[in-house]
Amino acid sequence: MISQVVSAIGVVVVGVFCCALYYWLSEKLLQLVFPVGQGVAQGVSVNLRRRAAIRPWLFLGPAILLVAVYLVYPVIATFILSFYDRAGVNYVGLSNYRWAVADDQFRQSIFNNILWLAVVPAACTFFGLVIAVLTDRIWWGNFAKTLIFMPMAISFVGASVIWKFVYEYRSGNETQIGLLNAIVTALGADPQVWISLPFWNNFFLMAILIWIQTGFAMVILSAALRGIPEETIEAAVIDGANGWQIFWKIMVPQIWGTIAVVWTTITILVLKVFDIVLTMTNGQWNTMVLANLMFDWMFRGGGDSGRSAVIALVIMAAVTPIMIWNIRQAQRDTGGY
Amino acid sequence: MTGVVLKDIRKSFGHVDVLHGIDLDIAEGEFVVFVGPSGCGKSTLLRMISGLESITGGQMYIDGEMVNDVPPSRRGIAMVFQSYALYPHMTVYDNMAFGMRIAKESRGEIDRRVRSAAGILQLTPYLDRLPKALSGGQRQRVAIGRAICRDPKVFLFDEPLSNLDAALRVATRIEIARLKEQMPDTTMIYVTHDQVEAMTLADRIVVLSSGKIEQVGRPLDLYERPQNLFVARFIGSPAMNIVAAGIVADGAQTEVVLPGGRRSRLPIATPEGDAGKRASLGVRPEDLTVADEGQDHLFEGRVSIVEALGEVTLVYLEAEGEAEPVIAKIPGIARVERGDSLRLTAVPEKLHLFDADGMAYRT
Repeated sequence: MISQVVSAIGVVVVGVFCCALYYWLSEKLLQLVFPVGQGVAQGVSVNLRRRAAIRPWLFLGPAILLVAVYLVYPVIATFILSFYDRAGVNYVGLSNYRWAVADDQFRQSIFNNILWLAVVPAACTFFGLVIAVLTDRIWWGNFAKTLIFMPMAISFVGASVIWKFVYEYRSGNETQIGLLNAIVTALGADPQVWISLPFWNNFFLMAILIWIQTGFAMVILSAALRGIPEETIEAAVIDGANGWQIFWKIMVPQIWGTIAVVWTTITILVLKVFDIVLTMTNGQWNTMVLANLMFDWMFRGGGDSGRSAVIALVIMAAVTPIMIWNIRQAQRDTGGY
Repeated sequence: MTGVVLKDIRKSFGHVDVLHGIDLDIAEGEFVVFVGPSGCGKSTLLRMISGLESITGGQMYIDGEMVNDVPPSRRGIAMVFQSYALYPHMTVYDNMAFGMRIAKESRGEIDRRVRSAAGILQLTPYLDRLPKALSGGQRQRVAIGRAICRDPKVFLFDEPLSNLDAALRVATRIEIARLKEQMPDTTMIYVTHDQVEAMTLADRIVVLSSGKIEQVGRPLDLYERPQNLFVARFIGSPAMNIVAAGIVADGAQTEVVLPGGRRSRLPIATPEGDAGKRASLGVRPEDLTVADEGQDHLFEGRVSIVEALGEVTLVYLEAEGEAEPVIAKIPGIARVERGDSLRLTAVPEKLHLFDADGMAYRT
């Protein structure tokens, strides 16, 4: 244990030192190649300008290299793999794509993903907004916000384990230890195997992500709400607007940009949802989503890199436009910084 | 009798009393300005009239109706905020129409009123713009237009010119004065800390300090006959010179002695028995003149600062026996230099006398 801690600290120290050394050395190199000592003023200014032009590339170099190796290369490789067979050896043309279009489980995953997209970002943003507004008005609002934000700190797998207990089902005459079944039986109804109820089980899984992400939406929207000038609300009060009208016609339009960023950020997260489905159902009972389908084809039953690559590309194609829009929106909101 | 009536209005925030019983009658169509230093409660009082702030004690009547518990939108008031408070996501037109849409006015009526307000304020070319595409002065005009559209009985202004630069402030001030002329039946209540705005706009000025009314009166009454030291110092710029004095002889004509030993007879009556009491003598900088050789004078000393503004020259005199410099405002360009010896005098009719409690002896 001790040795692990020591080596971890050592790695951090050495890593930071190497980074610093890299910047120091590259700057030295620049000074060596483009000297600014004595000499004609014009030469000096030319060298200074050259340094300024080259420096960003030198400093950004390592990051660009890492992004290229770990992001750009895999994208290209995945694209190529999608035209090859399960072992990635023989060229098969579009047959992997043709399979995907016809495959029932793929269609099921697309459908479920759309379901997740329709429900989770909307629910998180809505609950986040409502909670942000309501907690602003009560003295224990900050305590409530802390509680609601807490799930953000729990990993998706951890959260799923917690919710497994909520949805737990015991057969026969055993006591129902699951919270939901305990409530249901207390109300006199029959206990259910929640995570295998067709169609509805999707929503029980979504509840977990909503539980985690509402805190995120709440925090961001709460900050945005505080940025609304109090006078605009007072002016609306004098204009005769009631609370509901003030909320929808004065407050929400003023934080619309932030709402859009929160919405799209959660949308991107939802498109990549994986851990929750893996932990709760592993895609059984019609809860399969694209990320889990990709994982299954790649790492289960011998693996099929071609089909898996097709699914990965579909996810990427869905995420990219939203991501671009999200970044643009966020930059507009922050004035480009 | 319509207008706004305040009866013993009080306000506390928690244990802190902000307003200690305000009594005030504002007639219909009157332009009343609340002035006072920061924290005197003038904005709080205005917000209580608007209904944005609750009333802790006392009664408030608008148009004869008690409005203590009437919400802002039904008090027949409109308010113009210091920060404009325009709805940033709405066009100028929508900003002005918002209140009427909430009140479910007909489309034609909304259009008629918005266009008429825009016409009054020269905003017609900007109706489709968003507030962020307008200058500060235009934004404030939109805020005023939004208030006009509400067709209020009482117009409330909360330091509307404070965010404007000096030139725009003058222009917008004149525009507000013109607006008042066009709406003679509308009562206007205006909060400012700028005494020029107060003097030029007001029918009556209410001077507030630490949550109490110091004096209510027409602008020139406050200037000529301040009731107490606070008002005397607050109205007028530079402030009135106040020097300690002792009453030597009481009666219809009072004789006082200044710390420098100078004596002066004033046409101000003091009650019998006040001889020997401490008092304060006040004289406005603009009432002081340079005394000729041999003429009676009030103050004598060396000039410490000269501020030549062209139209007037401000002279700071280190007078004998006075802790604070005496300021004189001499018309035009005065040939006075720092270090000069100078004697200042004033006609006795222009002098003010206050008793030891700071209340004015009346002429």
